[in-house]
Amino acid sequence: MIRFIRSAFVIARRDFGATVLSKAFIFFLLGPLFPLLLGGVFGGIGARVATQAQRPVIAVISSPQQFATISAAREHLADAIGDEAAIRFMRFDPEPNAEAQEKQLLASRNPPIQAVLTGWFGEFHLAGDVREGDPTDRQLRLILKNAETGQLPPPPVQVQSTKIVSPGSLLKDRALTAQIGQMLLFFLTILLSGMLLSQLIEEKSNKIIEVIAAAVPIDALFVGKLFAMLAASVVGIVVWVSAGALLIQLVKHGGVSTLPPPAVGWPGFLALAVVYFAMNYLLLGAAFLTIGAQAATVREVQTMSMPITFGQVLIFGFASTVIGSPDSPSALAAAIFPLSSPMAMLARAAQEPQWWPHVVAILWQALWVALILRIGSQLFRKTVLKSGPRTRWWRRNGRAAKPA
Amino acid sequence: MLQQAWHERTDDRFAVEAVDLVKDFGETRAVDGVTLAVPPGSIYGLLGPNGAGKTTTLRMLIGIIDPSSGTRRVLGRERPLEAAPEVGYLPEERGLYPAMYAREAIAFMGALRGLPIAEGRRRADELLDEHDLGDWARKPIRSLSKGMAQTVQLLGTIIHRPRLIVLDEPFAGLDAINQGRLEELIRREARAGATIIFSTHVIAHAERLCEQVAIIANGSVAFDGRVDEARARLRPIVRLRTRASDGPWRSAIPDSARREGDEYVFELPEGGPEPLLKALIDGGAGIETLAIERPGLHDAFVAIAGSAAAKAMGQEKAQ
Repeated sequence: MIRFIRSAFVIARRDFGATVLSKAFIFFLLGPLFPLLLGGVFGGIGARVATQAQRPVIAVISSPQQFATISAAREHLADAIGDEAAIRFMRFDPEPNAEAQEKQLLASRNPPIQAVLTGWFGEFHLAGDVREGDPTDRQLRLILKNAETGQLPPPPVQVQSTKIVSPGSLLKDRALTAQIGQMLLFFLTILLSGMLLSQLIEEKSNKIIEVIAAAVPIDALFVGKLFAMLAASVVGIVVWVSAGALLIQLVKHGGVSTLPPPAVGWPGFLALAVVYFAMNYLLLGAAFLTIGAQAATVREVQTMSMPITFGQVLIFGFASTVIGSPDSPSALAAAIFPLSSPMAMLARAAQEPQWWPHVVAILWQALWVALILRIGSQLFRKTVLKSGPRTRWWRRNGRAAKPA
Repeated sequence: MLQQAWHERTDDRFAVEAVDLVKDFGETRAVDGVTLAVPPGSIYGLLGPNGAGKTTTLRMLIGIIDPSSGTRRVLGRERPLEAAPEVGYLPEERGLYPAMYAREAIAFMGALRGLPIAEGRRRADELLDEHDLGDWARKPIRSLSKGMAQTVQLLGTIIHRPRLIVLDEPFAGLDAINQGRLEELIRREARAGATIIFSTHVIAHAERLCEQVAIIANGSVAFDGRVDEARARLRPIVRLRTRASDGPWRSAIPDSARREGDEYVFELPEGGPEPLLKALIDGGAGIETLAIERPGLHDAFVAIAGSAAAKAMGQEKAQ
């Protein structure tokens, strides 16, 4: 056993060093910056477009006095629902040909006019792209009513801030924590464990696989590679999380404590998140290593990537059945099925306070990691190294042909 | 019962023993009942053309692949991987991590066999210096020439001072100078007490280096024994040139003799050289030249493995 661990360590040390000390790892660490940069660039473009594209307004043909009354009512509404949400007005002096003026205003592009309001209190007329009962119509009615009846000062209300944690709101909050935790686990795993698909390609293409296979058990090779990539991924995550935490600290006070509290508490939840990430990575990674080991070329690995990504999404979907109903049959099935178990159990940790299911689940998942690695190494010996006696029972008794 | 019988038949007289090894790849039988025994401290050659089953036999012996049937014992262990720390292996298809420094590659190969990495680096520096590669110790493998990379891999094979060194076609791809160095290295390791097994399809290497050879043809061992035993299977060859073209002396020439130019070439008759000489002199042959040649390993190989296998070896050599 000690020799096995030492062999796995030698493989892991080589792989970890080759990964972390390579120039490519800098790009790997910078990876999360690219979506942020893209988001920034496209967000900026969107904001510019939004600024350039002026918001439609309601043209009000009225006297300055009447418009001032309407505008004051609009400001009161904007105080309550926000200026962005409140409809905008623009006043125009009445012209002799009212019908022509209305047509001209509706055809205006600068500013774009959604509708034209004419008349006086009690008999207003609205023409344009507005339907009765739509949000613009309803806001307009409220503003005009307030303008017509006059503004009353708001009644005095003494406000006492208290965090009310009703069972319903708590469950909802915890479901949100479960969802966020599960999403993070899923995305980190999908982003990082995919690397394991091509882990054995290097050894196979370099022919060094024969040197390794002659020196250490194939199981040790698999375990070493798996843990090396887990360690490299953890390095990446530590860098990202540290940078993210620093950024959040700079931008917003409170950090994760502003998120709804999980059922097992924050320290326990974060500890479980680390363990379940490791288990999720090891489980999916072991499966990817097993599948990828069968590939002979990078092209084959690339071909495998898409169905495997879809498979991961399906597993994620299955695991998400835990959210909101952690004791439902489908949730329990997701917790038992090895590949969805870590994500399902992390969501459970956010919603249910018991600890014993996590102990059982972690042992169960560890068992499956070992099992998948064992199957993977056996498969590798059989199909790639072509080792061992044949197992096809229908040919077992057949006489093998001698080559000519 | 079988296990007990196996133990009774094996002891420490042999560094490697194989009994009736068979390997099937699908419907193809690559190795068909190979049995061999390698004495400790010897240089043992597996001789045969490509496709004869040499590499598969070696892979089974050191545990890269398991046999379909049969048993093997390496340095006293029935599971070859258990002996891995005492075994060095150079595969036919050379392979190293291209980005690794030469000294790191050697130390890594030692670490795979249980040598501490720091000690591996220290020995790697020494070995690289010895082989005039000291300046390349901290350069990536990809920057080395093919011959240098092969030397680095060979040094990685022996870095942990193994008791058994298995080399699969070690001379392939090396120029004459490096072949000579490799031969010297093999002899040196053998003198230090290591057992060397190497496969080759070049008879000259086996003839120069090996104390014992196994000739493999069509997946099975056609001969296993000392090189002189292989040669002894053939009678010496007589090359005779006479001044007389005919006469009573002709009765001393066997019917199987062939003419090569002016020479008669035939196997030395059972009685040896003296009766032949007497018959030639008494018969008035007028001996111009007479040479009695000891058969080489190539002749023995032809006799044992067949001319088709020998022809295949010859073609490979020519390539």
